[in-house]
Amino acid sequence: MKANLWEQLGQQFSSRWEDLLKATLQHMELVILSMILAILIGVPLGILITRIPAIKGWVLGTAGILQTIPSLALLGFMIPLFGIGMNTAIAALFLYSLLPIIRNTFTGIQDVDKATLEAARGMGMRDGQILFKIQLPLALNVIMAGIRTATVINVGTATLAAFIGAGGLGDFIFIGIQRNIDALILIGALPAAVLALILDFLLGIMERVTTPRGLKI
Amino acid sequence: MLKFDNVGKTYPNGFQAVKSMNFEIDAGEMIAFIGPSGCGKTTTMKMINRLVPHTEGTITIHGKDITKEDPVELRRNIGYVIQQVGLFPHYTIEDNIALIPHLKGWSEAKKKQRVHEMLHLIGLEPAQFAKRYPRELSGGQQQRVGVARALAADPEIVLMDEPFGALDPITREQLQDELIRLQKSVKKTIVFVTHDMDEALKLGDRIAVIKDGSLLQLDTPEKLMKEPAHGFVETFIGKNRLYQNPEFISVKDIMRDNPATVPSNRSPARALSYMRQRRTDTLLVGDDNGKLTGIVSGYDLQTKLETIQTVEEITVPAEPYLDESATAQDALMAITDAKFGVIPVVDHHHKIKGVVTRASLLTTFADHWAGRKE
Repeated sequence: MKANLWEQLGQQFSSRWEDLLKATLQHMELVILSMILAILIGVPLGILITRIPAIKGWVLGTAGILQTIPSLALLGFMIPLFGIGMNTAIAALFLYSLLPIIRNTFTGIQDVDKATLEAARGMGMRDGQILFKIQLPLALNVIMAGIRTATVINVGTATLAAFIGAGGLGDFIFIGIQRNIDALILIGALPAAVLALILDFLLGIMERVTTPRGLKI
Repeated sequence: MLKFDNVGKTYPNGFQAVKSMNFEIDAGEMIAFIGPSGCGKTTTMKMINRLVPHTEGTITIHGKDITKEDPVELRRNIGYVIQQVGLFPHYTIEDNIALIPHLKGWSEAKKKQRVHEMLHLIGLEPAQFAKRYPRELSGGQQQRVGVARALAADPEIVLMDEPFGALDPITREQLQDELIRLQKSVKKTIVFVTHDMDEALKLGDRIAVIKDGSLLQLDTPEKLMKEPAHGFVETFIGKNRLYQNPEFISVKDIMRDNPATVPSNRSPARALSYMRQRRTDTLLVGDDNGKLTGIVSGYDLQTKLETIQTVEEITVPAEPYLDESATAQDALMAITDAKFGVIPVVDHHHKIKGVVTRASLLTTFADHWAGRKE
């Protein structure tokens, strides 16, 4: 007869807490690195498609298709390119996070009041000044919302990285499934969920902070 | 100062939004562009700051072709006010007004001083408003700030695209009055677009009527109403518009010329017979040079016929009287105070030119309201 779930949890935790800590850090590494890449590429792409409408369909379409590929399959596609391990996982997570960031950057900039832009242009602001002084500041909270969405999804998706040997909290979940140990699944799943909640909370604060004061009134 | 020389705008698809326009605007003039929607009035205005590039002809400011200038520099020297105001929502009122001075690289102290000046000019207390955001202001206050922002860097020309079109009628009228007052002190060359004829008549020194991309007439409100150059202009202004705007009718057009006048030393009997002859019940009294000295009424003449020697003894001062530069509106307002229902009209030497009576006023307006021409 099995020990009850709480006892199992305690037992697994005490024997594996060092591994768990390592896996959590690894998980965060996957998320943070892939997100930084996604922001560095996604935001400029989002800005670019507001300037060159001709490529808007292509960029949003491609990012949309990437998003529809099942995450596990995307990880699989990446193996021939980057081999097994962390790089592949980061590449896949990066591609997966692009869409919300590009789309929110684009929407945020597009939604800036046309009258504001007309006035800005009419008064002699240059394109760069309009972008950095008006469009980006007014779109920043929308862009942050995209980053927040992408991050939360990313934390969950990153558990699948264990499948291609990239480590992270997914390791516990898969071993737990294979060996039919519920407590092990939870030891992987709970920290992942908590991590998602914490990041969601922190980025939620960022979203509010980046909302221009004049818009909160 | 601002000159359009055969200026036109043809879009790549062949549509001619503006056709060969020629006109010149003097410094300090307030010009209204008016016409039905889609007539090209806004396009014409936006060609001045190159928001819409013209495809034919030349636009010059002080003789300088605007296409030879950097569009950004050009725009910084032309104020711009739009209907939707377009204040930057994330900038304080202060920063909004200081925008162009900031772009031009003014010092902080100079910017701050200018912002305060501008806020005072538009009647918003700096201490109360400088640090607020546009969303905290009413629509009328926002547009006042919009106007202040356009004037902040002291541009020579200001363009206004239906500046008061989005405001409620009361606020609109207030802002129009304020603009008139403001214009008296800043004396900018203002080009504004409107579809409201009353606004154009009220604000415009001259009005440009535009239809289908062509300039039909550019004239003073008075001239436009009296001598519409085109059937469309007349319809667009509206028949009888002149008589709805008595401030544009000269008192010379409604007065009776050659009023019955007697010298002050005339005997009452002769004055009375002259009065009968002229079929009138009042006489103006003038001196040897024809200068107005007063009024005598038929009733007084009749009753005091036996007791006086000359009309001078019963002459009452002619108050109110009007200068010949006055308008029908002045006459309408003065008529209630006029003695015997008569207002003398004089030239600047105080010589008698004519007379406006209750009856003549009534006839003039009644004829026009009834649709009859003079």
